[in-house]
Amino acid sequence: MFKKLALAGALSVMTTGAWAACAYENTTPLKSLSAGFEAWKAVTDAMAECGNFQASLDQEFREKQPEAFAAKPALYQIGGVANSTMVPLLNAGTIRPLDDLVAKYGQHLKPNQLIKVDGKIYAIAMMVNLQHLMYREDILNDLGIAVPTTYAEMLDAAAKIKEAGVVDYPIGGTFKTGWNLGEEFINNFLGEGGEFFTDGNMPNINNEKGVAALEVMKALTEYMDPEYLVSDSTYVQQQFQQGKIAMANLWASRAAAMDDEAESQVVGKVVMAAAPMGSERPASSLWWDGVVFATNMTDEVAEAAFQVAMEGMDTEMVKANNDAAVWLIDGFEAGRLAQGAYETAQKGAAPYPGSGPMGIMHTVLGNGISDYLTGAKDAATTLADIEAAYITAAKESGLVQ
Amino acid sequence: MNFKTFAAFVGPSVFMMLLFIALPLASVLKQSFYVTQPIYETVEVESCSPGFPEQICVTERKSVPKLDEDGKIVEVTTYVGLQSYRNVLELERAWNAVKRDGLMALQSIDFWKALRFTLTFTLITLPLVLGFGLGIALMINNASQAIKGPVIFISLLPFIITPVIGALSINWLFRGDGILTAFIEWYLQRDVSMFAQAWTIEVLIMLYRVWHVAPFAAIVFYAGLQTVNSDALESAVIDGASRWQRMKYVVIPHLMPLIIFISMIHLMDAYRVFEEIVGFSSQGYVISLQWLTYDFLVPDQAGNRSISRASASAMLTMIGIAILLVPLLRRTWQDHKGGH
Repeated sequence: MFKKLALAGALSVMTTGAWAACAYENTTPLKSLSAGFEAWKAVTDAMAECGNFQASLDQEFREKQPEAFAAKPALYQIGGVANSTMVPLLNAGTIRPLDDLVAKYGQHLKPNQLIKVDGKIYAIAMMVNLQHLMYREDILNDLGIAVPTTYAEMLDAAAKIKEAGVVDYPIGGTFKTGWNLGEEFINNFLGEGGEFFTDGNMPNINNEKGVAALEVMKALTEYMDPEYLVSDSTYVQQQFQQGKIAMANLWASRAAAMDDEAESQVVGKVVMAAAPMGSERPASSLWWDGVVFATNMTDEVAEAAFQVAMEGMDTEMVKANNDAAVWLIDGFEAGRLAQGAYETAQKGAAPYPGSGPMGIMHTVLGNGISDYLTGAKDAATTLADIEAAYITAAKESGLVQ
Repeated sequence: MNFKTFAAFVGPSVFMMLLFIALPLASVLKQSFYVTQPIYETVEVESCSPGFPEQICVTERKSVPKLDEDGKIVEVTTYVGLQSYRNVLELERAWNAVKRDGLMALQSIDFWKALRFTLTFTLITLPLVLGFGLGIALMINNASQAIKGPVIFISLLPFIITPVIGALSINWLFRGDGILTAFIEWYLQRDVSMFAQAWTIEVLIMLYRVWHVAPFAAIVFYAGLQTVNSDALESAVIDGASRWQRMKYVVIPHLMPLIIFISMIHLMDAYRVFEEIVGFSSQGYVISLQWLTYDFLVPDQAGNRSISRASASAMLTMIGIAILLVPLLRRTWQDHKGGH
């Protein structure tokens, strides 16, 4: 028995001691809390190579982070956030400015990676994600259709594909009621050049830009699986993989799945292109994911945490996981899968405007738009009702007086 | 039993009920009359995020909560009376909608839409659960001794499954070209989409609930059937009563207290319908009162949540259940009084 214990002890020392791939030998116990998708797994695995590091990959991270970072000392030293999930931490002052640490240990970081608020660096971005056009090259070539660059062209193409009857549904869409549906509207509204708020956080969507965004969405649903209101990213990805759809505006992070031979019947046939243009910008919003560091820890712990995070986000990690994301980190080689994200960003896609009011707006949009798509309300009523719901919620949270 | 012994037995349970039921309820009631919010100030902020090829920096006016010297967000709690209830009920909007477009217009307002479905769901599933429950109980009762055990086990299975998991499985069976949708399509020779309109989802939700809880009713009724007075049944046979008459005049009256018990439990459970909405992701078409409370409570990505409205909505759900239970409670009380 004693022998077994000793052996187990030796083994565990070996596993924690496996920092061969890490240039920084970490002796401070560190923990991170982030979302659980592929890119975070790659980054936190690389961080763990430095030793004494424990990662929580949790899809409910956004509900835990504000409380966990407000604790003294913070329960996690490193956090993974995106545009919108950084807002509650920033508002509560539970994440620290990183200018000193970047100057000391982050000289290799690209300016593009430094997320600044009011001149101070608060987060280090590692990747971007956005929705862009994916299409079946073979189908479009067979039917002699040019790659659509606007929604009008996309609808024309859909009509031709429908007539040819080569797939079940010409278009797929992440139109699931809730966050997904809200995001689709936000993409289109930004594409129309819309501003969500006026002074005093008052809503500003009940106008011709909002109506245009809604009308595009409804036109697209004509060519979708009629169960579009329950279809999320995974569902659309599967529709692509099983050859059921020909076009969709899908997340860049889903691109690699199209070429996954274990799941996909369309390997090499799906091509990535820019999101369709709205009247002003591509109908898409640019998201970043990155790391933040807790305020409530000592400066020594912060230094250790920062260095471990830098090791996790290094070129070596990117080389090993090139297709897992559209990395911002040095060493990323943009292959055909990253093409759509690059083109969309280069055409001037707007960043997702994460803020307190936007959090409420996203929720009420996600809940309210289905009434228009199902025909229960007309566009103006839908938008007026969404604005009313926004004001009620914003008053309750104190954002609107 | 003297009072001291009685108190010693009941005390712990009363304490637990106060701690875990009465206190939280009181706190929810209080929260529904108050609103807690941070104090925001508007500042001009420049924020930069990744772009191609250069970073994108925008300057905008943002609402930022004030922090105290400890670095905590300053929050103020104000008494708002019935405002949160008004926000949930939206009476004025509902009334205007009804005046303009008739009763159906209520469907456009969340609370009334949820109430409509919750009531339909509760009142339609109740007789079905009682009927199927009794049917299964009679079937078990009449099964031969040799197969009784397996029959009880199999008929209890649906009740053992976790509600959300059960709802998800049904969802997958019918979603898109799921196995059962494919079967219906083959049978009807036409394209079927079960999740593309409200009524098919509602039917699925109700069928699922009946399938899920009928076994519970069945097992209770089965227990009741064991105590039916066999003398009374035999004399009914001698008097020439048919099977149906024996059922109507002997068995059902005997089971009445159990039927009321099952009805009460079912009304309370069904009025809180929630798992099915999540499991079938039916929010686009169908929502329930309990889902509405949940939706208020879930924080959005920026961390806002509507605790006051969630509390008001929870209190309204409780009031709804209480109203539904009144007829049944009155009946039990009258029976109780008549019995002594």
